[in-house]
Amino acid sequence: MPTETLIWLIPLPPLLAFFLILLFTRKNNALSHTVGVAAAAISWLLGMVVFFTAIGVEHLGEHPFRSAINWLPTGDTFFNIGVFIDPLNAAVLFFVAWTVLMIFIYSIGYHNFGAPKGEHDKPGLPPHGAEVHGHHVPSVEPLYARFFAFIALFAFGMFTLVVSDNLLTLFVGWEIMGLCSYLLIGFWYAKPSARNAAIKAFLTTRIGDVFMLLGIVALYSATGTLNFYDILRNEDILHTLATTPSGVFGLSAAGLIGLLLFIGTVGKSAQWPLHVWLPDAMEGPTPVSAMIHAATMVSAGVYMVLRMFPLISAGWHHGDPLNTTMTVMAFIGALTAIFAATIAVTQNDIKRVLAYSTISQLGFMIAALGIGAYVAAAFHLVTHAFFKALLFLGSGSVIHGMEHGVLHTGEHVDPQDMFNMGGLRKKMPITFWTFLIGGFALSGFPLITSGFWSKDEILADAFANGHLGVLITLSLAALLTAFYTMRQITLTFFGAPRTKAAEHASENKLVMTAPLMVLAVFAVIAGWVGIPEHFPVIGGLLPSWFHDFVGGTLLEHPHAPDFSTIPLGISLGVALGGLGLGYLVYRKAGTVDPLRKPLGPLYTLLQNKYYIDELYERIFVRPARVIAEKFSYWFLDRTVIDGALHWVARNSLDLGTFFRYGFENPVINGFGNWIAHMTAAIGRVLRKVQTGAVQQYMLVVALVAFGGLFYYLFTVLR
Amino acid sequence: MPLSWYLVLAALLFCIGLYGVLARKNAVAILMGVELMLNAVNINLVAFWRYFTPDKIGGHAFAVIVFAVAAAEVAVGLALIISIYRRRKTVAADEINLMKW
Repeated sequence: MPTETLIWLIPLPPLLAFFLILLFTRKNNALSHTVGVAAAAISWLLGMVVFFTAIGVEHLGEHPFRSAINWLPTGDTFFNIGVFIDPLNAAVLFFVAWTVLMIFIYSIGYHNFGAPKGEHDKPGLPPHGAEVHGHHVPSVEPLYARFFAFIALFAFGMFTLVVSDNLLTLFVGWEIMGLCSYLLIGFWYAKPSARNAAIKAFLTTRIGDVFMLLGIVALYSATGTLNFYDILRNEDILHTLATTPSGVFGLSAAGLIGLLLFIGTVGKSAQWPLHVWLPDAMEGPTPVSAMIHAATMVSAGVYMVLRMFPLISAGWHHGDPLNTTMTVMAFIGALTAIFAATIAVTQNDIKRVLAYSTISQLGFMIAALGIGAYVAAAFHLVTHAFFKALLFLGSGSVIHGMEHGVLHTGEHVDPQDMFNMGGLRKKMPITFWTFLIGGFALSGFPLITSGFWSKDEILADAFANGHLGVLITLSLAALLTAFYTMRQITLTFFGAPRTKAAEHASENKLVMTAPLMVLAVFAVIAGWVGIPEHFPVIGGLLPSWFHDFVGGTLLEHPHAPDFSTIPLGISLGVALGGLGLGYLVYRKAGTVDPLRKPLGPLYTLLQNKYYIDELYERIFVRPARVIAEKFSYWFLDRTVIDGALHWVARNSLDLGTFFRYGFENPVINGFGNWIAHMTAAIGRVLRKVQTGAVQQYMLVVALVAFGGLFYYLFTVLR
Repeated sequence: MPLSWYLVLAALLFCIGLYGVLARKNAVAILMGVELMLNAVNINLVAFWRYFTPDKIGGHAFAVIVFAVAAAEVAVGLALIISIYRRRKTVAADEINLMKW
């Protein structure tokens, strides 16, 4: 089969699985997850075949795999949809296929497949556990099959987005993921917090989506096409867009469209100030968190700006001062990176730390892209997907183990609060080691882990091109990242257990730990494809393949930043410094955060996430409520519209009454009745004539006939 | 003989028939009156044929049709009268006022 056909087929198995599970297999848990995992596996297989075919193609950027068919008629032409694989989405496809498959497999264990049904479990609530022979054991998720259906649809959305060759189908996949995130964050819909989080995620990302759609429309009206290849590899179009003024803020058309699309990314990839939905999204089951935060949804935002980078940077060349859109991106990215990292330091919920960490790392990517470090951003996207998926699944594993302990001891503690953990290293060795690898990768532990290479490349690029503000901000953020990661690892796995539940936590089954191990391998080796050539000692041992490969996506091949010891030193310093500091501070932590006292009010500020949610509540939600209630409901609806309607109704009624009693009854009905009465009266008179005697009738006939005859004779013939 | 004689005869016959139809009580006699009227017509038909178009047979043909109609009318009429007689034991026309309202 030609590769193009395979690419078309990649998104379909999960979609098929979604329908199969919902329509046919949903009563049967085993069958449902078999269908789901099989679909993910087929997509994975297709993805791998396509990926390895793609990396074998010379100059893939210039000759990408493309296939398109006519879709929507637009006057005398057609809007095409199709599939497209160039170096960038080949790389994205690789990590999406792997992480999705791992998340599917992991979900089987996470939702306690094979466990008995809990007596008190209700659909829409997490399972409470079941009683077996006097022991509390985990119980199976009540909506087990539904989970696999939804997550399959989620995977379909991401695969569609990745293989799509135009912005519109990309947007379709993007919105499918928006829907799925809503469905899955609110998966335990009987919990009010989950419901609210789902709505919040949906609405917040929708703000970005509206702007993105504006950008898509603007791009289509400017160029008449949304095809990536036609726009992004066409110097004439890019040049025209870059030189056409848009009339808004002095931006060029390319700049304005880029900015609008970037706002879509701000929503989807949870950048400041639309980041608020992502931490709340932790209300969903942990595989969903991994799916959203690592593999698919938030990556989609970064992928989209990476994809549209030639447009965003149109007219900009390496070494030039940044254009407006890129400056905005660099600023937002760097701000988000440091902003979220500081919040992450003070969070106690193991998943929430990771959520802020994701926001922060996405900020790294956006900032990197903003300063033009295209390859570094893509590289960090790929490595981050692996180690963050690993960390999320790892945290899910920890929570699962803790829940086991909670069920066993009957203790009422929050199984997600890190201050209830401790000492899990020995209870859950596989989880510990894989989490450690993921954490070190996130911190940028030198030389081995993937996170080091990708983060180092961002810092090196910022340094080489003199973006010192970005460099300093990101370095600080990286320091904080290492610090809170070590805080998390130390609180969770080291020291003595702080609760009985933690004492009785146990390692999970292989179906959960195996994906951790696979992802842990990638969390390490995924970085080895991008080791700079001039790196001391180990540089050049492995070719810096990622740079050449993904760099080929752009028209102008980006050159790697020159090697410098300064960013390397920073990178080493912040990673090791942060990790060391984290261990030192938290190694003997009790149930109170040791930072609480020295930081004082700052700690409260951070723990409350800079009160952004409260701020939004004040400036958006409450005024909206007031407007809705007082203005829309009371004034506009009840007074103006209802008033007018009631007035019309009353008058119509009066008019109707008038017509009925003043006109219809006397005139029309009267006339009708009069005719009827008259007819009846005439009939009463005339019926006397009808005697029934045939001879009388005959006489009448004869008289009329003779009368007629005589009339004829005397008048006509005269 | 001039044509008018025949026509006068026919007119007389017709009037006698009409009088019978209008004045007689007995339904059978009324029927007989009708026959007289039909015959008056036949005389006219034949007379007109003889005087105006003797080389054609239109008058004969019409007369034969009238006979046929008369025969049919008598058959139906007598059947009705017999039927009425069986039900009401009378054939007096003014007592048969079934058609009255």
